[in-house]
Amino acid sequence: MTDFSLSCPLPLTDQKTILMAHGGGGRMMQRLIEQLFAPAFRNPILDRRHDSAILSLDSAAPRLAFTTDSYVVQPLFFPGGNIGTLAVNGTVNDLAMGGARPLWLSAGFILEEGLPTETLQRVVLSMREAAEAAGVQIVTGDTKVVDRGKGDGIFINTAGIGVITHPLTLNPAQVRPGDAILLSGDIGRHGITIMTEREGLSFESAIESDCAPVVEPALSLIEAGIAVRCMRDLTRGGLASALVEIAETAGVTIRVREDDIPVRGDVRAACELLGFDPLYVANEGRFIAFVPAEEAERALQILRFHPLTAQAQRIGQVEAGEPGLVSLRSRVGANRVVDMLSGEQLPRIC
Amino acid sequence: MKYIDEYRDADLAARFSKALKRITTRPWTLMEVCGGQTHAIIKFGLDQMLPEGVRLVHGPGCPVCVTPLEMIEKALEIAARPEVIFCSFGDMLRVPGAERDLLRVKAAGGDVRIVYSPLDAVTLAVKTPDRQVVFFAVGFETTAPANALAVHQARRMGLTNFSMLVSHVLVPPAIEAILNSPGCRVNGFLAAGHVCTVMGVEEYYPLAQRYRVPIVVTGFEPLDILQGVLMCVKQLEEGRAEVENQYSRSVRSEGNRAAQHLIQRVFQVVPRRWRGIGQIPASGLGLRPEYAEFDAERRFGVADCVMEEPSECMSGLVLQGLIKPTECPAFGMRCTPDHPLGATMVSSEGACAAYYRYRGRCAERQA
Repeated sequence: MTDFSLSCPLPLTDQKTILMAHGGGGRMMQRLIEQLFAPAFRNPILDRRHDSAILSLDSAAPRLAFTTDSYVVQPLFFPGGNIGTLAVNGTVNDLAMGGARPLWLSAGFILEEGLPTETLQRVVLSMREAAEAAGVQIVTGDTKVVDRGKGDGIFINTAGIGVITHPLTLNPAQVRPGDAILLSGDIGRHGITIMTEREGLSFESAIESDCAPVVEPALSLIEAGIAVRCMRDLTRGGLASALVEIAETAGVTIRVREDDIPVRGDVRAACELLGFDPLYVANEGRFIAFVPAEEAERALQILRFHPLTAQAQRIGQVEAGEPGLVSLRSRVGANRVVDMLSGEQLPRIC
Repeated sequence: MKYIDEYRDADLAARFSKALKRITTRPWTLMEVCGGQTHAIIKFGLDQMLPEGVRLVHGPGCPVCVTPLEMIEKALEIAARPEVIFCSFGDMLRVPGAERDLLRVKAAGGDVRIVYSPLDAVTLAVKTPDRQVVFFAVGFETTAPANALAVHQARRMGLTNFSMLVSHVLVPPAIEAILNSPGCRVNGFLAAGHVCTVMGVEEYYPLAQRYRVPIVVTGFEPLDILQGVLMCVKQLEEGRAEVENQYSRSVRSEGNRAAQHLIQRVFQVVPRRWRGIGQIPASGLGLRPEYAEFDAERRFGVADCVMEEPSECMSGLVLQGLIKPTECPAFGMRCTPDHPLGATMVSSEGACAAYYRYRGRCAERQA
C-alpha cells in the first residue's frame, strides 16, 4: 500500500454546449430557463412562470390560457399512445392545469425526408381522435421537411388556447401551509414504457403509457366549487420535480408519504432493475392538485368518480417550515429530502 | 412486490432498531463497503434508526467513484474517435475527467451509447462490422463474470471490431488498504452481498483474523442492512471478530464457482489505482495476455496515458470512511451534482451524491 493521495479532478463548471440534460426537466433545464430565456423575454405574463400564460384583453371578458410544447419522442409509436396523442394531450393538459378549458390547438410538423406517408397518416389520425376526446379543434398548422438524417422521423409542436370561466387563479404562489396534496393516479408508467421500448428491454407484463387528457377530472374539481390553489401535470422530471418546483416557488415545506404514492408493481420492478426512482420518472396523464385541507376528502371523491383518476390519493400536505423543502416519509419509517435531479436519470451499473 | 416488500417492512425495521439499542453499550464505527448499501441507507434513512453511538461510514464500493482519472481520460479519448461506438453503463457518462465527460464527448459528435449488459455491446459489434465497438468494463467482482463472458463470446465469434477498456477492482484488497491506513477508525465491516454471491466468503476469513475485525456479508434492502448492523454490533459487543453471512438467501460460502472460473479464464489480478485513494497492489483485474487482442488500451494506443489528479476535492477521505460527505467544505457549495468536483458526487452509488440527493440542504443539520 503506497501513500494515499486525496485528490480529485477540476470541476466542469461552464456549460459551453447544450447537453441532453438541458431538456431533461431537472435543474439544468431550470437554470437554462432562468439564465437565458426568462431574462431575454422578460414580461409580467412570462414572469409568472406557470405551465400556461394567462391573458386578458379587458377585465369584462373571460381570461384566456395560452401554452406551447414540442414533442420529440423515440419510438414514435409505443404501447398506450404515439407522438401524435402526446402532442395533443400534453398541450391540452398544460391548459387544464391553469384551470382553463382547452378550445383550440395549432400543430406544426417537422418531417424527415424518407418518412413513410403511412406513418404520418397514423399519427395524424390519432391526433384527430385525441383532439375529439379532449374536446379541442386543431385550427391551424404548418409543415416543414428536413434532409434525411437531420430529424427523427417526426417532430411536432402544438400550441393551445383555452378559456377560463371561473374567478380562481391557479399557480404555485397560491399554495399555503395546511393545504392537502392530491395525486391523480399511479406514477411512472409513461417513462418506463418509453424506456423499455427504446432499449428493447422486455418484462413479463406489458406496461402501457398513461398518456391521456386530464381535462375533465381537473376541471370538475373547480366546477364543484373546490378552491383549488394549484395543479401541475407530472411530465419530465416526474412527481419529485413538480413538488420541488412548487415548494420553491411557494416558499413552503412539502411533506409526502411514500406509502401513499401509488406505483404499479411492474413499474416498481422495472425501476428496481434499472436503478430508477419512480418519483422522477415521466408521466403523460397524471397531475397533482393542491387544495385546502378541509376540502381534500370531497375533492378526492370527485376525482375518484372519473375512470382516469379513480385511483387518486392524498399523498401529503403543505407546511410552513423551510422554504423549498420536500420531505418524504420512507416506507421503513424514516424521512428523506426529495430534490430535483440535475438531468435525466441514468441506469446504474449493478 | 415479492422479494422487495418483505425486506422493507416498517414494523420489522423498528424491531431491529430496538434490538440494536438494547445490545449497544458503547460507540462503534461500521463501514458498509458497497455504494449500493450507502444509497439504501441514505434513501431509506436507516442511519436515523441506529443507536446514537453506532456510526456508519461509507466505503469505497462505488465502481464509478474509484475508476481512476487516467482511465476516464482514456475512455474520453477513445470515445471521441469517429470509427468508435463507445458503450458504457449509464452512470459512467457524467463522471468528470480533467476537462470533459462522456456526455460532452457525445454532444461534440462522439457515438456514446448506454448499454445494460456487456453482451449488448457484443451484439452491436456483430451488427456494425464497419465500426469499432468498445465496452467500458468497470465494476467489482459482481460485473466481472458478465464482462468475462462478453470477451469470451467475442473470441468464439472471431470478432475483430470488439474490445474492452478494463478498469475492474476487487473488494478484499480495498478493505485491507483501509485497515492499514493510519487514521482508520472502522471497528467492523458490512461486506457487499452481491460481490460475495460471485466470490463466496472465504477470502474474508484471513482479513477478519489478521485485523481482529468482524465482517458481516450483507444484502441491500433496508432490513438486510439493519440486520447486518445488528450482527456486526453483536460481535463487537461480545468481543468476537468473525465472518458471518446475513445475505444467506443469495450467498453461498464457496460462491459461484462457474462465474469464478470464467473470471479466471479471461482476467488476471493486476495492481490498480483507485481514484481519490491511490495505488493498491493486486487490487484489480486486467485481461490475460491470451485475450490481449480485446484490450482497447492496446488497440487504440492509449496505454501510456498517466495523469495526476489535482487536489480539489476530499473524496479520498470519504471513500476511506475518514470523513462524511457533509464534512467536506465544498459539499453542496462548490460541489453539487450539476458541478461535481469528484466522482462521488456523480454516481447514484456515490456517498456524496446520496447525501446531496436525499438530505439536500438539510444534510448538515441532520448529519
